[in-house]
Amino acid sequence: MILLELFYEFFLIGLFTFGGGYAMIPLVKEVTLRREWLSIEQFTSFLGVCESTPGPIAINMATFIGSSQYGILGAIVATIGVVLPSFIIILLIASLLKNFTDNKFFKAFIKGVKPVVIGLIITTGFILLVECFGYVSLNEFNPNYISMICFGLITLIYFLSKKIFKKKLSAVMIILISIVLGIGVSLIFNLL
Amino acid sequence: MSMLLSLFFIFFKIGVFTFGGGYAMIANIKEVIVEKKKWITEEEFMQIVTISESTPGPIAINMATFIGYKKKGVLGSALSTLGVVLPSFIIIFVISLFLEQFMNNQYVKYAFYGINAAVSFLILKAGINLFIKLEKKVLPILTFIIVCIILLVFEVLAINLSSIIFIVIGGLIGIVYYGVIQNKKKEGDVE
Repeated sequence: MILLELFYEFFLIGLFTFGGGYAMIPLVKEVTLRREWLSIEQFTSFLGVCESTPGPIAINMATFIGSSQYGILGAIVATIGVVLPSFIIILLIASLLKNFTDNKFFKAFIKGVKPVVIGLIITTGFILLVECFGYVSLNEFNPNYISMICFGLITLIYFLSKKIFKKKLSAVMIILISIVLGIGVSLIFNLL
Repeated sequence: MSMLLSLFFIFFKIGVFTFGGGYAMIANIKEVIVEKKKWITEEEFMQIVTISESTPGPIAINMATFIGYKKKGVLGSALSTLGVVLPSFIIIFVISLFLEQFMNNQYVKYAFYGINAAVSFLILKAGINLFIKLEKKVLPILTFIIVCIILLVFEVLAINLSSIIFIVIGGLIGIVYYGVIQNKKKEGDVE
């Protein structure tokens, strides 16, 4: 039963993710919490792993959640589920519907979806941020000063390197820096 | 046969060495498939990029499927897709077996205070970059604001609603506005 659930949810996610990896994060977050597959802490931690390992985020998430629920079989089923919709759609476009993406209603659909996806991504980023700062609910806030300081430093380092060295730090680089910052700031806090 | 195998191995290699998601992969695929192997032309490549961007699913998968089909039909697309998925699958599966124990280590916990902040930063950055490129007209901006407000309110009230519903509604609004209303206006202008 859990295998069917995994397949069904990840198939839907694969079918409705327009705009690449980051667009998938809000959908996966919502499903994972609704089905109680992971806690929000587990989800955020795993996102960090996804950002620093190769491959599309969507595949990584499907494999990880599948594995956490039903071992290797769960991982396979969830991954196939998330890949299958794109696979079928692209095959159809490549073979039969060569001009499908030029269709004016399809273009209109995509144009309407775009601002929704951007809203989903920004809100998800914002919610994850306040949660890692310590937000639990409106009545409960356990401030996590270490994460707040890390966030400030990451932002500062990113913009400094962009302005001074004219170099945009890659996602992997940012994660590596954040590991050093997380450990460093925590150790300093322990000393105080 | 050898073509099928090289499709698999080339996409497997791309899968191994692409850090940082789909967009990093586009540059990688271009270098290998268009410039080195010359399997498809630059023009075909751009066409595939455009199609990938407007169809659902990870761009890497879309590209592998499309290029595989162009070279070797359905079997080619299946092997290319398998090739590009397999590296992440193996890596993440192995990590998933150890992550839980790993997370109990004190230093790993410290590291994740930083990583969690970085993840929020990366997602916000990606979202803001997309927002900057969004057409600054009333309908898209209004849609964006409404989606943000609804999501925040739902979060505070702890209501779980599938994000797919928002995407479908956004698409339907798009069809009605851009597909029907604006089209009628254009036809009116011609007359």
